[in-house]
Amino acid sequence: MGLTMDEKLKPIVDALQQRFGAQASTFRGQTRLLLERENLVAATTALRDEFGFEMLTDLTAVDYWPQESPRFHAVYWFTSWQKGGLQISLRVPLDGEDASLPTLEGVYPNANWYERELWDMFGIHIEGHSDLRRILMPHDWVGHPLRKDYPLGYEEVQFSFNQEEIMVRKAHPQE
Amino acid sequence: MSDVTLTPVSMDEVKHLVSERAMQGETVLLNMGPQHPSTHGVLRLLLELDGETVVNCIPDIGFLHTGIEKNMEAKRYEQAEVMTDRLDYLNTMGNNLAYCMAVEKLVDLDVPPRAQAIRVVMVELQRIASHLVWLGTHALDLGAMTVFLYCFREREMILDIMEMISGQRMMTTYFRPGGLWRDVPVGFEEAVRQFLRIFPARIQQYEDLLTKNPIFIDRTRGIGVVSKEDALRWGLTGPPLRGSGVPYDIRKVRPYSGYEQYDFEVPTREEGDVYARYLVRIEEMRQSLRIIRQALDKMPYGPVRSNNRKFVPPPRSEIGHSMEALIHHFKLWTDGFPAPKESVFVSVESPRGELGVYLEGDGGNKPYRVHWRTPSFANLQTLPMLAKGHLVADLVGIIGSVDIVLGDVDR
Amino acid sequence: MGLEQKLGDMGIATMKLEEAVNWARTNAMWPMLFGLACCAIEMMAAQASHYDLSRFGMELMRASPRQSDLMIVAGRVTRKMAPVLRRLYDQMPDPKWVIAMGDCASTGGVFNNYAVVQGVDEVVPVDVYVAGCPPRPEALIHGIITLHEKVKGEKLTKWA
Repeated sequence: MGLTMDEKLKPIVDALQQRFGAQASTFRGQTRLLLERENLVAATTALRDEFGFEMLTDLTAVDYWPQESPRFHAVYWFTSWQKGGLQISLRVPLDGEDASLPTLEGVYPNANWYERELWDMFGIHIEGHSDLRRILMPHDWVGHPLRKDYPLGYEEVQFSFNQEEIMVRKAHPQE
Repeated sequence: MSDVTLTPVSMDEVKHLVSERAMQGETVLLNMGPQHPSTHGVLRLLLELDGETVVNCIPDIGFLHTGIEKNMEAKRYEQAEVMTDRLDYLNTMGNNLAYCMAVEKLVDLDVPPRAQAIRVVMVELQRIASHLVWLGTHALDLGAMTVFLYCFREREMILDIMEMISGQRMMTTYFRPGGLWRDVPVGFEEAVRQFLRIFPARIQQYEDLLTKNPIFIDRTRGIGVVSKEDALRWGLTGPPLRGSGVPYDIRKVRPYSGYEQYDFEVPTREEGDVYARYLVRIEEMRQSLRIIRQALDKMPYGPVRSNNRKFVPPPRSEIGHSMEALIHHFKLWTDGFPAPKESVFVSVESPRGELGVYLEGDGGNKPYRVHWRTPSFANLQTLPMLAKGHLVADLVGIIGSVDIVLGDVDR
Repeated sequence: MGLEQKLGDMGIATMKLEEAVNWARTNAMWPMLFGLACCAIEMMAAQASHYDLSRFGMELMRASPRQSDLMIVAGRVTRKMAPVLRRLYDQMPDPKWVIAMGDCASTGGVFNNYAVVQGVDEVVPVDVYVAGCPPRPEALIHGIITLHEKVKGEKLTKWA
């Protein structure tokens, strides 16, 4: 693994750049393509059918609030078993006001849970998703925990000087 | 306490997941878990049953969602590592390895060859330990109590080795970015070699109990079949994928930590059923033994931590007489090290499949975003597909064969 | 305390009702098969060949709360799990005891965040806390013996 792009990825990256206007960047041998959300489904379909990336390995998002706009980046990782474990990443910038993505369920069925997780953790709405419910948090939870404006929500550590103050606030269940 | 009341899920919310017949009362909706002995933790399944047959199976996860990803963002790179152990608690060393490799890749840190070899030995031991827990509980679910007792007997040997090197039985945090916490103690090699001597015969014991056992075969063969195409489409990795005939193993396709030096095979089966996954895992234990033996034989001498003092604290002995070492030590333990505003994705082969870490830095000393691509999460997603049309009793075997760890699913 | 020590020539044993009941309770205390996270693996190890919890009359893990006296909360309790845990506790018949096994169940452990309940004692009353992350099986056994000591000291008046 060098610092440059994998030779086998070159034609794929070139094709995606031409057809979908993707911007490529490489860091420590890993290639990421920045893509508009309108082209996402077409690009992933091309990845699967033409270039042999049969697996959606990972799907997550990063929240750049408040320092950057657009606020979110959805990050996709695809793997090709046929091409010897080749991996490529797509990144889709999303505005905070209108955070929504088209679903990839039709292309990769396992996008289902990943997209539910995006909704649950980041509040990114998935258009056309078959089952958009919260997946990890309780169904009546308020807020999306992995957003940067959501507090970590920790409890103060008790020391002798503040112990009683905290104990008053704690719940004391009965049998 | 007001916030510990169960708010019921309304029927409307799951309406689109079950068949029409459930709405008319022809099929039964049954809740399985989160407190159920065979769901291996706190997995909840909503089953739609026609008699004993599973019509639909809707997993409900998140009962062990610990907020590890968010919590890691609030800690420095070295501090965050303790969180990784508690993700997949049967593969603690593997989680450490994935995280350390991600940090090393992000800041471009070298790892000495000895550290890499010890990492391989420990990760493979961990793989065996994890498979032992899987085998014990899987067999227990299918009604074979003895195997459980046998498996935990051998697992204790591995845990003793872990305790010997790190002081902890499970949550070791032994790998650190840039190498290891410290070198292995005297007696480590002897202990591992002792294990290597004993264990092949023990695998044979498990196989004697199960492989040709007619009850076990009846309960597993032809159950939960997944085809090669479906396995790839659904992003299965690990033994479930190899049990369907795809020899995809990250140790082979993208070797890390020196796996390219070792000679081992990737066992596969074509059948794609519960029994095939069982055979794949049994064979994997044998291959792990091969890797451990080679790694021990070839074990190089030398340092176990990188000399890059910007990221790795100096050894204790240097602090006494070198001012520079003291400064590095102080700086690293008070402030940590910065990582570039970039992102990497690193994956390793965990006992359950592809364990990936997406790590993003922001130029500071804390990770900006850590995401775990956990194999259990990806593999559990196929459960509805695997379970459809089988009996409830077989569902237990199918869950076992996917080998989920709920800490890994929910993170 | 063995009953046979109290057997006299007449075949009659005399002892306090309190003692007899507490003796019976400690020596056949059925824990609930209730694993949450990492500690559950150590709890399994405590059950299995090497540590053998059945020496304390506790080999019978019951999967149903209706049949168990002791809840070992083995692992971190999340906000999603807490109501379930409380319901399970409510379903257990009296008398019942709770062991908080491990740091997460006792205090929240390393997970001081939005998702984890900071100590299971916010949800159910806890009798014994076992420290460790995860506690060794010996530590769990020690916790169980501590609970046995506690039960042996229970008074008739408290039964109510």
